Amino acid sequence: MALLLDKVSYIYGGGTAYEKQALKNITLDIPDGQFIGLIGHTGSGKSTLIQHLNGLMKPTSGTVYFNGADMNAEGFQKKELRSKVGLVFQYPEHQLFETTVLKDVQFGPKNLNLPQLEVELRAYDALKMVGISEDLYDASPFELSGGQKRRVAIAGVLAMKPDVLILDEPTAGLDPMGRDEILDQIEKIHKERKITVILVSHSMEDVAKYVDRIIVMNKGGIAFDGAPKKVFTHYKELEQIGLAAPSVTYVMHDLNQMRIPVATDATTVEEAKQEILDWWRNVRERIIR
Amino acid sequence: MRMIDAKKLVFEYIRRDEEGNVEAINRALDEVTLDVMEGDFVAILGHNGSGKSTMAKHINAILMPSEGTLYVNGYDTKDEEKIWDIRQSAGMVFQNPDNQIIATVVEEDVGFGPENLGVPTEEIWKRVEESLKAVGMYEYRSHSPNKLSGGQKQRVAIAGIMAMRPKCIILDEPTAMLDPNGRKEVIRTIRELNKKEKVTVLLITHYMDEVIHADKVLVMDSGKVVMQGTPREIFSQVDKLKKYRLDVPQVTELAYELKKQGMPLPDGILTRDEFVEAMMEVRNGAFTR
Repeated sequence: MALLLDKVSYIYGGGTAYEKQALKNITLDIPDGQFIGLIGHTGSGKSTLIQHLNGLMKPTSGTVYFNGADMNAEGFQKKELRSKVGLVFQYPEHQLFETTVLKDVQFGPKNLNLPQLEVELRAYDALKMVGISEDLYDASPFELSGGQKRRVAIAGVLAMKPDVLILDEPTAGLDPMGRDEILDQIEKIHKERKITVILVSHSMEDVAKYVDRIIVMNKGGIAFDGAPKKVFTHYKELEQIGLAAPSVTYVMHDLNQMRIPVATDATTVEEAKQEILDWWRNVRERIIR
Repeated sequence: MRMIDAKKLVFEYIRRDEEGNVEAINRALDEVTLDVMEGDFVAILGHNGSGKSTMAKHINAILMPSEGTLYVNGYDTKDEEKIWDIRQSAGMVFQNPDNQIIATVVEEDVGFGPENLGVPTEEIWKRVEESLKAVGMYEYRSHSPNKLSGGQKQRVAIAGIMAMRPKCIILDEPTAMLDPNGRKEVIRTIRELNKKEKVTVLLITHYMDEVIHADKVLVMDSGKVVMQGTPREIFSQVDKLKKYRLDVPQVTELAYELKKQGMPLPDGILTRDEFVEAMMEVRNGAFTR
């Protein structure tokens, strides 16, 4: 059930010279518990789409349903929606403002008018989920490293106990290990808490490694939607719309052309490695015989 | 000729509490010795907080060393009278394109630098034209920078630096905020400037695949240069790089993993072509044994 978009269109600056259709008749079903990667080049409509998912933007036409209810209908509780569909913007650490890490994370649940004990429990829980150690709880968020700041900012959204967590390029500007740490953490949260995760990313490698469904956007529409292996078989079409497959997918195609028969649908280093090793063992066995 | 000559560079900054008492002294650079020859393409890797950006800010005299010496294009950066000569020798491009664009028309933005240097008007226009052509943005000269993509904006920012005719450009994570296409555009532009215009390039990045064409790679960790060599020498040391919170290109990792499983592959494979070639040798070797 969860999120359902029915023929959603959105037009910027309607009636002016700058009129632009950012979303074109999008119908999309996002059931509970999926880990989705949303990809597309700059200006393809990704950000406009995610802002429709928690009611920050209203479709020009079409309907967005949350658990069966039209979220833009009169009387719909948007405040509750925003705690259920948590949106982590790009560079979320720019939004940190409190004097301590703990206070910053408490800000969201406090605004839900929860009892203080519950607020604190949620903050502790959220900080634990993102792997911030207790000795940092009373530190100023501005004293933390870039990766830590970002995790505190994500904890601020997790403290709202969302059913759906949307992250807009959560790894931008982080070093390789920092990227892995954040994504591993998100994967863990997804698995343990059964939260739906929508990851907006420019890294095909990351998307291939973590998600079970990829939605590709182009010119305000959905170009592809499916499992990573399936979507990346369209690597030529993806290139035409400014995207690409993970590097290992290309390697597998190259090998095939050179008559090294390996399956070309590998999208991660691990898959490619297994595939090539199988080929290698095969070759050696044949020679021994 | 030496473009950048750093000897035992130390940069310390003092953290004070609210009463102004010294809380801690942090050493952001710890005896960094660095040699960059004119025309080199040098890449600096290192995790967040390893000292890369602090190093970059020394090179165009935004920061002054606490100890040690730094000569840029023959000028001592401690010599305040030479500060403009230094900044004209070594221009800097930052991460966020939106923070670097100041004019409402592309060509005016590019002309801003030379105008401030007191370059005669005729000459400014000549430089603007040449710089915009060098980065492939000449046809956008009368556009508004607001309507450009991230990659295009970043190329305009680079043209703005080029118009000051620097001998050296320092780029601090210029692609961190761009999509795959934008990243490719910017990296291609940087490589061309290095090859055709013989500009010395110092590229700071978190993307491993952007440094495989560099002449030299430096790895920084806690303010020190801990590894130095050609891309192949650096990326042959997968485990060491991971220890410094870094990574290797996906193809390199795949080759490394396969080698660990006993396949006879060389160390430090950097590109798809190299990998495929090595794999063909593996196949041919297996059949001729």
